[in-house]
Amino acid sequence: MELAVVIGMLFFMAAIALAIIWVRNLFAVTMLMGIYSLTAAALYVALDAVDVAFTEAAVGAGISTVLMLATLSLTKAEEKPFRSIQHPVSLAVVLVTGGVLIYGTLDMPAYGDPDAPIHQHVAPRYVQDSGQEVGPPNIVTSILASYRGYDTMGEVTVIFTAAAGVLMLIGRGRSGPGRRRKTWDYEDLEGDER
Amino acid sequence: MKEKPVLRVTSKLLIPPIMLFALYVQFHGDFGPGGGFQAGVIFASAFILYALIFGVDVARRIVPAWVSRAGLSIGVLLYAGTGVAALFGGGNFLDYSVLAHDALHGQHLGINVIEFGVGTTVAAAMVTIFFTFASQSPHDPEDLRDEDDDADFDDDFDDDLDDLIASRTMSQGLSQAGGAGGREAR
Repeated sequence: MELAVVIGMLFFMAAIALAIIWVRNLFAVTMLMGIYSLTAAALYVALDAVDVAFTEAAVGAGISTVLMLATLSLTKAEEKPFRSIQHPVSLAVVLVTGGVLIYGTLDMPAYGDPDAPIHQHVAPRYVQDSGQEVGPPNIVTSILASYRGYDTMGEVTVIFTAAAGVLMLIGRGRSGPGRRRKTWDYEDLEGDER
Repeated sequence: MKEKPVLRVTSKLLIPPIMLFALYVQFHGDFGPGGGFQAGVIFASAFILYALIFGVDVARRIVPAWVSRAGLSIGVLLYAGTGVAALFGGGNFLDYSVLAHDALHGQHLGINVIEFGVGTTVAAAMVTIFFTFASQSPHDPEDLRDEDDDADFDDDFDDDLDDLIASRTMSQGLSQAGGAGGREAR
């Protein structure tokens, strides 16, 4: 039953992905991407990965959609039609790459296999000992914050860098070229509202 | 903005529970799903909702640029600082066990502090990125005005989709930000 739900959601996600490719209206595409993320979040819940589902729902379906809308308000609502290039060599390259990727998955352990390598390495120690070693009942928190503290610090630094990069590229800094693009100030705005 | 009373009232009702839920996710992350990252995103979404309804410039008065930029750095500093504190306590970098009188308390303290750092940085980053994007004015308004695409966009979806109201409210904020040029573009 659970397997059927998972497979059904995967097909639904594939259908949404095809729709994203076909639809030319960028507002509709943004909404479809939000739906895709929400379906992915539901899929993670079905796979018992609630922490990942939580992140996917908040970031993928929430913030990303809003950021896309913000970008959309700066650009046009319709995707430009492009000349479709149909070259047999490109098709062959895509088919061969796809075939090789599918061939690569044949080696992977079966879905839910308890003897899969990922469940043999450090996972048993996390499950059995994290209560005595770290404490929190949520093992995911123990791994992310303590066992893998370095990784999480790197992730936070990446987010910091992303925001700093956005600020440097298009932010109105205290100095630099952004300063010249200043087109408003508070006094004007207040006068405008009243 | 003045003519959208439903959006204004419901958003004002929703924002406090959103922030409260973010704090719950932040400080309950070691018992249930959640943690600093999710909490930061949810906390930022409260400010983003406010900015969508009331305009970016009004929201910027609540979270000025220096606040979000300071939050951005303070989170990373809290995280790395916890690691350095563990060094001074005689352990390895980010080894929280030495932070308190016994290892489990130290771990608990360390995890809470670094999760708070993660939450601060993520919330500040999301607010910064959104506000920076949303306060941009279209680079060449003339270019957009002559396009039929934009007219279709307005006519077809304006009545049907509530979500568009949000983006339009944002573009009202944009046209305020962009002055006359932005308004002509609509």
